[in-house]
Amino acid sequence: MNAVIDVTDLTKRFSKVTAVDEASFHIEENSITGLLGRNGAGKTTMMQLLTGQEFATAGSIRVFGETPVENSRVLSRVCFIKESQKYPEDFKAKHVFRSAPWFFPNWDAEFAERLIAEFRLPLNRRIKKLSRGQLSAIGVIVGLASRSPLTFFDEPYLGLDAVLRQAFYDRLLEDYAEHPRTIILSTHLIDEVSDLLEHVLVIDEGRIIIDSSADDLRGSATTLIGSRSVVDRFIGTREVLHREGLGGLASVTVGRLSDTERADAASAGIEMTPVSLQQLIVRTTTAAGEGTTHDNEWRHSA
Amino acid sequence: MDESRPIFVQIAEQIENDILAGALDEETQVPSTNEFASFHRINPATAGKGVNLLVEEGILYKKRGIGMFVAPGSRARLVAKRRDQFQNEYVQPLLAEAAKIGISPRQLADMIISADAPREATA
Repeated sequence: MNAVIDVTDLTKRFSKVTAVDEASFHIEENSITGLLGRNGAGKTTMMQLLTGQEFATAGSIRVFGETPVENSRVLSRVCFIKESQKYPEDFKAKHVFRSAPWFFPNWDAEFAERLIAEFRLPLNRRIKKLSRGQLSAIGVIVGLASRSPLTFFDEPYLGLDAVLRQAFYDRLLEDYAEHPRTIILSTHLIDEVSDLLEHVLVIDEGRIIIDSSADDLRGSATTLIGSRSVVDRFIGTREVLHREGLGGLASVTVGRLSDTERADAASAGIEMTPVSLQQLIVRTTTAAGEGTTHDNEWRHSA
Repeated sequence: MDESRPIFVQIAEQIENDILAGALDEETQVPSTNEFASFHRINPATAGKGVNLLVEEGILYKKRGIGMFVAPGSRARLVAKRRDQFQNEYVQPLLAEAAKIGISPRQLADMIISADAPREATA
């Protein structure tokens, strides 16, 4: 496989804030990658750097083997759907779809028509009169119908209800299967997208803290629940990702367990529950932060 | 999908279950990778990995230009494989739970036989 994106020691500083901190990774051609992390972690800055909209402070970026900055050979193959896309004053939705083919050589007008109908987008209304969800629908439709070899979606579904988000995931998978391309999806609705992803990059405080195939991440952590003394004996010197207690009960999250270890834990009477991608990220990003715990998120996503 | 295990392993298991249950006969075509992906709402590459796992094990085989088919003899092979797993996945946990609440293996055997009796009578 070829790397469409190759990033080495990339750093971006805005006066005193380091938004991206010595990040190195690559992204394979024709894959769906999740760029995940908390708000302010550096996801949007990373995508702006990769699409030549920001200049790097240090390090190198190669997109299709070249620098993306002011480079039409690269940028003609890239589509970046931003959370807050600005349109010219007086623009109506239909103007967006009429001008899209000028920027995206692979634009499929017929596919766009179908998506417009599915998302019930009013074409003749001024964009500034559209709801948040309808604005997001424009982005989703442009991102899908552009069929760009490299497509970024940055939180593409603000204001979209659950039905339309599911429609987005379904059309994305269908069209990706028919027309393979490289897709980078930035989101914090991790549980909703985790099955779509082939690769996961987690960014926290500007640093890449997880760079892994989605399959490898599944089962990479387990929560052990049982009486405190039994659980503690089993854990021994293992690294603990998270720990909660209730009376004599302990609930402790640890890394990957082998089949033998699972059998040992089971025979010691310890209950084991898998940790979802979302839970894993909540654990790893807060652990890397100031040690604050997000017990509510943890329980609610269980 | 079960969060603790890779999705492609679970896709392979579902195809195995369909073969065992007779929903997919030997020498019939299995759905395409893209059909699996859109049905389960998963990445097509992941679905492809699940199918390939079964190709490597000889459960499925590829007819060029047509698609994937269930290999002859695969049902019998799957039965043998699942029997090997049965002890670890079902019998051991059952014994462990029984021991926890003071049911001896002999009492457990009696419970199993009596639970199965109505089915035997109607069979």
